[in-house]
Amino acid sequence: MAKKLLLGNEAVARGLFEAGCNVVSSYPGTPSTEITEYAATYDEMYSEWAPNEKVACEVAVGAAIAGARAFCGMKHVGLNVAADPLFTVAYTGVNGGLVIGVADDPGMHSSQNEQDSRHYAQASKVMMLEPADSKECLEYTKKAFELSEKFDTPVILRLTTRVAHSRSLAETSDRADIPVKEYVKNPQKYVMMPANAIPKHVVVEERIAKQIEFCETDDINTTEYYDKKIGVITAGNCYNYAKEALGKNASYLKLGCVYPLPEKKIIDFANECETIYVIEELDPVIENHCKKLGLKVHGKDVFTLLGEYSQALVAKAILGETRESEAVDFDIPRRPPVLCAGCPHRGLFYALKQEKVTVSGDIGCYTLGALQPLDSIDTVICMGASVSALHGRNKVNPENAKKSVAVIGDSTFIHSGVTGLIDIAYNNSASTVIVLDNSITGMTGHQQNPTTGKTIKGDPATQVDIVALAHAVGIKRVKVVDPYNLKETRDVIHEELEADEPSLIISRRPCALLKTVKHNPPLKVNKDKCKSCKMCMKIGCPAISMKDGKAEIDFTQCVGCNVCTQMCKFDAIEA
Amino acid sequence: MNTYSVMIVGVGGQGTLLASRLLGNAVISAGYDVKVSEVHGMSQRGGSVITYVRYGEEVHSPIIEKGEADLIIAFEQLEAARYLPFLKKGGKIVVNTQKIDPMSVVTGVAEYPAGVIEQLKEKADVTAIDALSLAVEAGSSKAVNVVLMGVVAKHMEFSKDAWKKVVEETVPAKFKELNLKAFDLGYNS
Repeated sequence: MAKKLLLGNEAVARGLFEAGCNVVSSYPGTPSTEITEYAATYDEMYSEWAPNEKVACEVAVGAAIAGARAFCGMKHVGLNVAADPLFTVAYTGVNGGLVIGVADDPGMHSSQNEQDSRHYAQASKVMMLEPADSKECLEYTKKAFELSEKFDTPVILRLTTRVAHSRSLAETSDRADIPVKEYVKNPQKYVMMPANAIPKHVVVEERIAKQIEFCETDDINTTEYYDKKIGVITAGNCYNYAKEALGKNASYLKLGCVYPLPEKKIIDFANECETIYVIEELDPVIENHCKKLGLKVHGKDVFTLLGEYSQALVAKAILGETRESEAVDFDIPRRPPVLCAGCPHRGLFYALKQEKVTVSGDIGCYTLGALQPLDSIDTVICMGASVSALHGRNKVNPENAKKSVAVIGDSTFIHSGVTGLIDIAYNNSASTVIVLDNSITGMTGHQQNPTTGKTIKGDPATQVDIVALAHAVGIKRVKVVDPYNLKETRDVIHEELEADEPSLIISRRPCALLKTVKHNPPLKVNKDKCKSCKMCMKIGCPAISMKDGKAEIDFTQCVGCNVCTQMCKFDAIEA
Repeated sequence: MNTYSVMIVGVGGQGTLLASRLLGNAVISAGYDVKVSEVHGMSQRGGSVITYVRYGEEVHSPIIEKGEADLIIAFEQLEAARYLPFLKKGGKIVVNTQKIDPMSVVTGVAEYPAGVIEQLKEKADVTAIDALSLAVEAGSSKAVNVVLMGVVAKHMEFSKDAWKKVVEETVPAKFKELNLKAFDLGYNS
């Protein structure tokens, strides 16, 4: 046993290792990505990046039915993609243990919505554990496999951003020796068609009843009694906020299993305390359960449905306490994220702005192309939607196709853009789809994907040929451009918009942050030649600013991409 | 001891995560309980980034709220100003005097405020340092994070040797000498 400072996600990976997990298949998504990155550092487990979360979940399901302990990880919106296998593997149950990791993002640090994944546990009738720190991330991961096998069910491990991305101390131990179980053919269990699924639903309901009984007594749900004037019912990181704010001035019921929830345990705790507060981020899941039990509790009447909580928020809501603080007297300009200096997406978005097209956007770093000054994206919904939504737009009026494009990253295109492209080819709209191929999954921090030619461990892998793929699904017009070349990029976009049939443009240039990308020396502005026209500012490069009326390039950021050089009509930007 | 709360703030890409790892490791080698909370993903891309480090006998919450920070380490002037409300009364700020224009300043919609450091000094105990110049002197503009941790080390209870050991163990081997030099330049500034 050794105590280590582990990131929550790293602790989950360690838990997978210690639990004897054999197969890990995931799709990257903040804040879940590092679970699988760390898992891949253990040679004892097979780990992979799958093309999307549905595939990842099905890979894990197949491995579990084959008798191994298996895991798949994803962010909250990834569970929407993986929901199809989830709801039915809830019926088949497992052979080897199956754990599905999902990381919610209260506060939307890096997400397009703030959904509460606990509803999925209720809806699919699958047990869900929620750790509060790295120690519990490790312990609960191991426990999730035991419960999966004990109850013959998948188990969901739910994290939130602050648990996934906080480091705290956890005790590590050795890997358990768990042999792969024998697979025995059993169609009544594994072939879900009506005749088999109807009796299986009965089994699911019986299983939930047994799990509730288990949750009444197991130490996954713990009580701590101090002052009983205030009783707090909570789970996950909210427990830490409550402990910090209230200390021994309250008693606590901490629910490590958030589905199914115990009944008697909650009623007994509520009866011991005077005033009960349910502290949970996002939706009133535990609160509604308490109310169903006939308990009088405070919850969303004093706490918000929105965003992340904190110790200050708890102290204010329950104790009415506020903290004093200082502030400066001037307005502080906001600092939202921006496309990096040297980002290959910049040239592409500038060309789209010049073409004045409607841009159907997607999920990735390039979503930042929606911000000023590029201001080049009209819609962003979910992964893959750029392509299919463009097709829908162009079916409203074929003329739309001359003035609209979809932009989608290489990894996102493989995730679910390719199905939209097939729709465009099959149902024939003259849509122009642009794949922003930067040779990596960018926003989540550089993960390999099927287009990069490397596995999660960096070993050589079969590489999807996007050009051949597009031809194979029936797209005849396929062009490849270098987005660092502004004129070529704009000319090709213009030509493909004019074409009366579907086209695919691949805007290809590796992410400037990749270690394998060689940078040019930083560029400099010749102040004598600079006419202060600010043309170079139109591309929104964070390395360029105006100092004393002249353009200036920050040498710490500039990678010498020369996109700004093409903007300057006075040759003032020099190598 | 009571829980000690440190905020590390800066601009995505400045290396704030390494600084928090250094501090976290220094705290553990002294035998404390610790929690470090980071932000990954989209907000890293040149946006305003915050890391919280809290240590003591038993730490519950991994985050720091307004009026709670004992120390703010700011990698950039404007970010020091932005997070001043998080400083506890009597708390300390170590700020790198480097300025990085947010996009609204670049595009001319907003102006970078003047006299940031002066005003911070009126409101808090501030140590201002040109960490970028010292990092360049050490051999890389990327070493701003380690220079700042050198400055911070002077104000914390852990010994200089303990800090240097943590730097050696935390940074990649090929950048060890550069980072030790950066640490010394910060420490001796």
